[in-house]
Order: sequence, then structure tokens, then C-alpha cells
Amino acid sequence: MAEEAKPPVPPPPPPEGEKKPAAEGRAAPASAEPAKPAEPVKPAAPAKPAGPVPVPWMSPLVEKYKGQYGSGLDAHSYLGQNCFAVDRSLIPDILRLLRDEEQFDYCVDITAVHYPQREKQFDVVWILYSFPRNERVRVKTQIADGASIPSSVSIWATANWLEREVYDMFGIEFESHPDLKRILLPDGWKGHPLRKDYGILQQDNEWVQINLGIESGQ
Amino acid sequence: MNDSTHDASNRGLSNLELETPEKPYLDSNELIINMGPQHPATHGVLRVILKLDGEKVLGTECVIGYLHRGVEKIAENRTYTMFNPYVDRMDYVAAVSNGLGYCEAVEKLMNVEAPARAKYIRVILTELNRIASHQLWLGTHALDIGAMTPLFYTFRDREEILKIFERYCGARLTTHAFRIGGCQYETYAGFEKDVKNFLAFVAPKIDEYEELLTTNRIWIERTKNVGVISAADAIALGVTGPVLRASGVKWDLRKAQPYAAYSEFNFDIPTGTNGDTYDRYLVRMAEMRQSLRIIEQAVNGIPEGPIMAKVPKIIKPPVGEIYHSIEAPKGELGYFIVSDGSTQPYRLRVRPPSFVNLQALDTMVRGLLVADVVAVIGTIDIVLGEVDR
Repeated sequence: MAEEAKPPVPPPPPPEGEKKPAAEGRAAPASAEPAKPAEPVKPAAPAKPAGPVPVPWMSPLVEKYKGQYGSGLDAHSYLGQNCFAVDRSLIPDILRLLRDEEQFDYCVDITAVHYPQREKQFDVVWILYSFPRNERVRVKTQIADGASIPSSVSIWATANWLEREVYDMFGIEFESHPDLKRILLPDGWKGHPLRKDYGILQQDNEWVQINLGIESGQ
Repeated sequence: MNDSTHDASNRGLSNLELETPEKPYLDSNELIINMGPQHPATHGVLRVILKLDGEKVLGTECVIGYLHRGVEKIAENRTYTMFNPYVDRMDYVAAVSNGLGYCEAVEKLMNVEAPARAKYIRVILTELNRIASHQLWLGTHALDIGAMTPLFYTFRDREEILKIFERYCGARLTTHAFRIGGCQYETYAGFEKDVKNFLAFVAPKIDEYEELLTTNRIWIERTKNVGVISAADAIALGVTGPVLRASGVKWDLRKAQPYAAYSEFNFDIPTGTNGDTYDRYLVRMAEMRQSLRIIEQAVNGIPEGPIMAKVPKIIKPPVGEIYHSIEAPKGELGYFIVSDGSTQPYRLRVRPPSFVNLQALDTMVRGLLVADVVAVIGTIDIVLGEVDR
């Protein structure tokens, strides 16, 4: 629980519509600074129309990297969870720095989100954790459809399968990955199911017919 | 078995000449064989391609996905409430943990908190499920190695846990015990008594399992120094749960970033030192006892009060994203949810402990014998429903 306690949040502009932050341990300090006394009451009235908003994430760590990378890097905090939104060009460097200098030694997860209406269609997300600091951080970057991104297998060995899954599900290529191929779907499958344009009932019928000898998998 | 590199004609009867002693009995050709996907020791449909030199494992490659159902895609096409039962089908031997992680993640995204009574019920059921999961692991793992008795003992005792689940929510395996905002059901009359009876019943049974195995010569031979993984390797490979703790890393999300009501209970984090199969066995045995401690404290202190927070009938979290993870019996189970403000998740990612832990198999079995691969697959404790999702 040291995560939110660390960044000394200099009272950010209080998020609008936030009259009672339901007593969520991790969420409370960062997103709900102003309303401390109301805490012990039972959770109530979550149905307010406007939710919490991301607030700038202030910490020495952020200051340091902002100074180094300037506008390529944005840091914010939502519900007490910290996130870096960084430029695609900074990607291998910032991940390596986070591991080597900031002790984020455990790569929890790598995943992606598809926004087909955006120009840069994909968010690639790294969820990192530091055992010494007991702190989590997310790193996000945007890339266009068809663009590739440097692999982080040389930084965390666990990235191997995680990146293969992102490739399998979204078709995002990871440069210099040791063995980039599908992991959950069969090798010859066409399409990447977690893209938004891939229907929930859609299948690679050709593959199904050739390999399973049936008309359709439905 | 699919023998692809070995030239079988070398060993044909016609070539069998007794007077050629310089010809080695075992040649050193590399042999590539398939283990699984239909193989009882792979705990489901896991296929491992083994590269062997005689009996020695030179390398492995896991082929997974046979059980892939597209859980994350389904999530994007269901409402938050409708998706809740699906999570039980990932790690189906620890369905309660899956449900807890999912409900807490959505609650966090909506900024609500389950009432204290619901949290206690959640802790009791989750810890019972942890014991059930470890019992199932122990029975099947011991069976893989050749000890058949523990299977009957653990299944006999696990039944008592499933009976409590059945009385509580009507289901034994895929329980769907929790709802977003708390619990659907109040505890039944006699719930606390049942749980207390179970605690008294199972404590000596765990000693019984240990009597069968802990000092058993064959068990020690088969597990000591088998499948060793160092703490540094485990961290680099993202391994969590008992496998990480057996390598000496004292890390448990219930302590590190407490969720539900875990900060209110006293318990220890058992760790090992060698990171081998035997230590992982000891860690899980100790964890069962710690779970009993937690349940005992929880069942004696269940507060009165509501079991559901005030959640709207239609769940519509505000725009935003959240990552929430819990300590499932197999390791860190995380949910990363992106909400676009509608009733369905825009993206829901499950961070499955079995999937990530399985990746360490190759590191753990290199240089061992084929029989040890079976032991190591068992000791990682995977559930293919969660690996493949």
C-alpha cells in the first residue's frame, strides 16, 4: 500500500463531482485529497454522473523523467494508479530506465487496446511492479496500425509470451523478439480476434474447413 | 510419440550385430517428442515438445491454446454483470478467487466498496477455495510422481469445502459466489458452524498428507533439487505465487497490497530457500495452514450489516481504466479494465498466473530427465482453462 503514500500530491484541482470518495484504500489519497473527514461512513452514492478524473501525477520520479524527455512524456494518476503516457520513440529507453534505475523489476503484464477511430489505432500497455518500492506503474504508448514496436524481452524475460499474445490477438509486431509467432491461436489462422473490427462470431472458416474437416465452427 | 529426427533403420533387427561393440547402445541423436496434448500428466490439454538427448531434456516448447475460448473478446460483448460468471471458467478449481478479483476490479473502477460483512464472507470463501485448490494440486501432483494415496485423501477432504460452497450458493465448482458490490447471498443458517467444523476437521488431515510425503524417501528423491528456479530468474520471468515464494521471495499480494479484508488478519507468508519442487510442496502445505488461520479469524469476527453496497441496477463505470490484482492460489491474478462509460467493458484483459508461470517451465526442466518434466509441470500448478482463456 505504499504506492499512493509516496507521491506527495500537492493538492491537485479537486476533481469535480467528487463529494464523497468511497473509502477505497488505494484510490483515496491521490484522487480524493480534499474529503478526508467523510471517510469512515459506509460507501454510498456511487451513482454520481461524473466519475473521477485523471489528475497529474507528481513525484520526484516524474520530475526526473520530465526533465529528461520533456513533452514526449506525460504522467497522470487515476484512482490512485499511476501511468506514464510516452511517445513511441522513447519506448525501449524508458522501460529500461524504469527497470535499471527505478527498480521496476517485475513486468506484470503487456497488453494492448484497439481504438479503430483513432489515427494511431493501438495503445500498448506495460504494467510494471517494483518489489523494493511495492509500487505499480503503467506505461502506455500509441502506435499506428501496421507499425511495430521494440520488444522488451531483453529487459524482462517474461515479455516473451506476453508479446506473443499481443501479436496473436492484435497483430502488433515486436521488433527483435526471439520467436514472434502466434501463441493461443493456430499458426495458420487469419485475423487478430481482439481487434474491434473482428466480430465475436467471426472465425477463420478456411482454416476450420481445412484442418477440422467441418463446414463451420459455429 | 512422434520420432522425427531419429533414423529408425539404424536400429532395425538386420543391423543388430553383436560383434560391433564400438557402436554405442544409446546414440546421441537428438530426439524430438511430443508430450500431450492428450496426456494425463499435463493436467489438461498442454502439449510440450521435448528435445531430448536420451532421457535428458535439452529444451522444451509449450504449445498452448487448445482450450482458447476468447474470454477477453466475450467480455467486450457482455455487460459487466453478464461477464461475471465467465471468470469462474478460467481457473475452474479456484473459481471464487477469479470472481473476487473481477468484482473488486469493477468496484474499484466504479469507486464503490463492498461492505465489511461482504468482505469477510469473501475472505472466508476465497481462503476455503485456496485450500481446495492446493488439495487438488497436491493430489494430482503426487499421483503424477507415483504416490497414489494422497489423491484419495485430498479429494475426500476437498469434498467438505465443496459442500460448504454448495450450501452457500448452490454450485460446487463454478460458484459465481460474488456480485459487483458485495455478495448475492447472505450466509445460510449454520454457515459459521460448518466452517468451524471444517477447520477442526481438516487441520489433522493436512498433517496426514504431510506424514505420507514430507519424509517419504521416494518423494524426497523425486522432488529435491528438481526443477530449481532462482529468485532472480523467477522475478525476470514474472513468476508469482507459491513458485516465487519457494525461491525465497517473501511476497504475497495479500500483505503487499492488501485487498478485501486481508489487512485485518494475522498470517505469515511461508517461503522456501532452494526454489525446488520440494520447497514448493512445503510452501503450499504451509499456505494451507495459514489459510486456516485466516478463516478462523474471519469466521469468529464476521461483522453484522449489509452484504451489498449501493450499486445501480445497471452497471456503468465512468470512463477510465483500472488494474487490480489479487493473490490467487496460483499467483497474481490481475484484471485490466478499460471503460468507455458504457455498460460493457471496452477492453478487459486478464493477467493469468498460470500462463505466466508456465513460461518458466523451460528454465526449470533443462538438463533434467523426462520423468522430472512431469513433476515440474505438476509443481508449477497450472490450470489450462486459465492458460488458454
